[in-house]
Amino acid sequence: MLHSKSKLNPNIFSKEVEQEPIRKGFGKGLLKAGENDERVVGLCADLTESTQMHLFRDKFPERYVQIGVAEQNLATVASGMAAMGKIPFITSYAMFSPGRNWEQIRTTICYNDRPVKIAGSHAGISVGPDGGTHQAVEDIAIMRVMPRMVVLSPCDSIEAEKATIAVAKTDSPTYIRLAREKTPIITTSDTPFEIGKGQIFWDGKNPQVGIVATGALVHKALVVAKELENEISVKVLNLSTIKPLDEEAVISFAKECGAVVTVEEHQIRGGMGSAVSECLAKNYPVPIEFIGVDDQFGQSGLPDQLLDHYGMEVRHVKEAVLKVLGRKN
Amino acid sequence: MSHKLTDQKKDELAGIANNIRQSIIEMLLEAGSGHTAGPLGMADVFTTLYFHALKHDPKNPEWEDRDRVVLSNGHICPVLYATMAHAGYFSVEELKTLRKFGSRLQGHPHREYLPMLETSSGPLGSGLSQAVGMAIADRMDHANSSGRFFYCLMSDGELDAGNSWEGAMLAAKERLYNLIAIVDRNNIQIDGFTEDIMPLESLVAKWESWNWHVIEIDGHNFEEINNAINEAKVVFNKPSVILARTIPGKGVREFERKFEWHGKPPGKEEAEMALKELRTFGGKVKSEHE
Repeated sequence: MLHSKSKLNPNIFSKEVEQEPIRKGFGKGLLKAGENDERVVGLCADLTESTQMHLFRDKFPERYVQIGVAEQNLATVASGMAAMGKIPFITSYAMFSPGRNWEQIRTTICYNDRPVKIAGSHAGISVGPDGGTHQAVEDIAIMRVMPRMVVLSPCDSIEAEKATIAVAKTDSPTYIRLAREKTPIITTSDTPFEIGKGQIFWDGKNPQVGIVATGALVHKALVVAKELENEISVKVLNLSTIKPLDEEAVISFAKECGAVVTVEEHQIRGGMGSAVSECLAKNYPVPIEFIGVDDQFGQSGLPDQLLDHYGMEVRHVKEAVLKVLGRKN
Repeated sequence: MSHKLTDQKKDELAGIANNIRQSIIEMLLEAGSGHTAGPLGMADVFTTLYFHALKHDPKNPEWEDRDRVVLSNGHICPVLYATMAHAGYFSVEELKTLRKFGSRLQGHPHREYLPMLETSSGPLGSGLSQAVGMAIADRMDHANSSGRFFYCLMSDGELDAGNSWEGAMLAAKERLYNLIAIVDRNNIQIDGFTEDIMPLESLVAKWESWNWHVIEIDGHNFEEINNAINEAKVVFNKPSVILARTIPGKGVREFERKFEWHGKPPGKEEAEMALKELRTFGGKVKSEHE
């Protein structure tokens, strides 16, 4: 059953569940962060509306810088602004930032220890028709490997809004992963959010398998838990902070469930599942199955077609649950 | 303040630059690795900045109203460290720790180890954009000039990198009158002469076409360096770039104009020869060490 303390949207499993792109929550959060703190500034590389920075730009034009199609400049200019006491948010598609400007982020933001907040929109394969060039499925890997970088992957627009407001208050370089497509609203304004904390969203009794999910696929993990309700007891952990990893939550989750499936819209290699398995291999080894992209590039198609083709649909998660349960015994 | 230089001041700066060059040779010899040509070539520009033009306070490096100096081509940091030490930021003795384990003087500048640095640098092409960001942020906070200037010291070789020109384009768009780039136009990079590796000329026309105010000078003439900085400070509504023609390895005839000295340190005998030449101002005076 849905974990009561998480105060989730009661319509999660309805066909009429409210939907909104995760990036919209970022746009609203940035506007609020800008109202909360005048040091917040916005920089964008020619994708202001599709990354939802236009809400901030329209309210605070004097604190907005249009960089043009120049993502390396986007990161380095932001570093300079942070050196003068600003809290810069930079946006583009994840494929270009942090995809194209990785070294500038490493040297001028992380190595320099500047509190720049990098929002990578259009992450994941569900970007759809634009095709593989625009589908960032490597961004978690390249960001979480960087010392000092905090990596967030909110599960819906409401969590994205909370995450955006929260990161504006920290001194850490931070990456926030956002998705393009409409995503079911899972959380509510009452759902607790804290950077660095995983949260139980589905709380099966005497759980046999645990699903750790992040980002837009958390909803699919919950659907699996619900559909299996009468056969297999499942627990679902929403891991919206991938780094620093909530090791305590992950370890106690593995201890309680004894087998884990990780679910993310990202390459299996190097992503959230890797982070979880690094932690568990060292602290409490259990069988793990990984749902994600298996060392491939994406292609054009509808989001649902692509998620099915690349093995990230409800049925794939279910199969992984059964498989890991078999390995457990 | 950067008023006109008197003859006495020019002599004083020449003496300081010579001491800085000696420190560069000594620290590179001790380190056993590092870059020789660029640091020697930029010693006169650094001296003019830190001993005349800059608004700064070595005893209070965090002074908010200071000018900011971003060193983009981090590999010439021996000249930055030596100049800062001679200016009083830290002891000249500490220069001997360059590139050693636990040193504040990392092989390429790292502000985590030496927080009085404005930025960490090494990977080329990213310094100008950081200075651009600083200058934009400063202008956001001050409708009228804050009185601060943002200097970016960069190499000609790093103009191969697209990131440099991305920064240049934005600086012109934002009309950053408070930004002064100084390019070390020494014509060498690691693999050879710049015009063989990736031609940069016409460099003046390139910067002008990006809508920058361009000043071309002899980077070893204190008067020209100082006048160029003064001119850049009063240019209205545009960023300025000073193309400082320098001789790589300047001050030690054996090292001058040779790209082979870009990325290696002097050995013991070469260092002794270099120090002797510097101490005698190229044989013009008798060294007190003799």
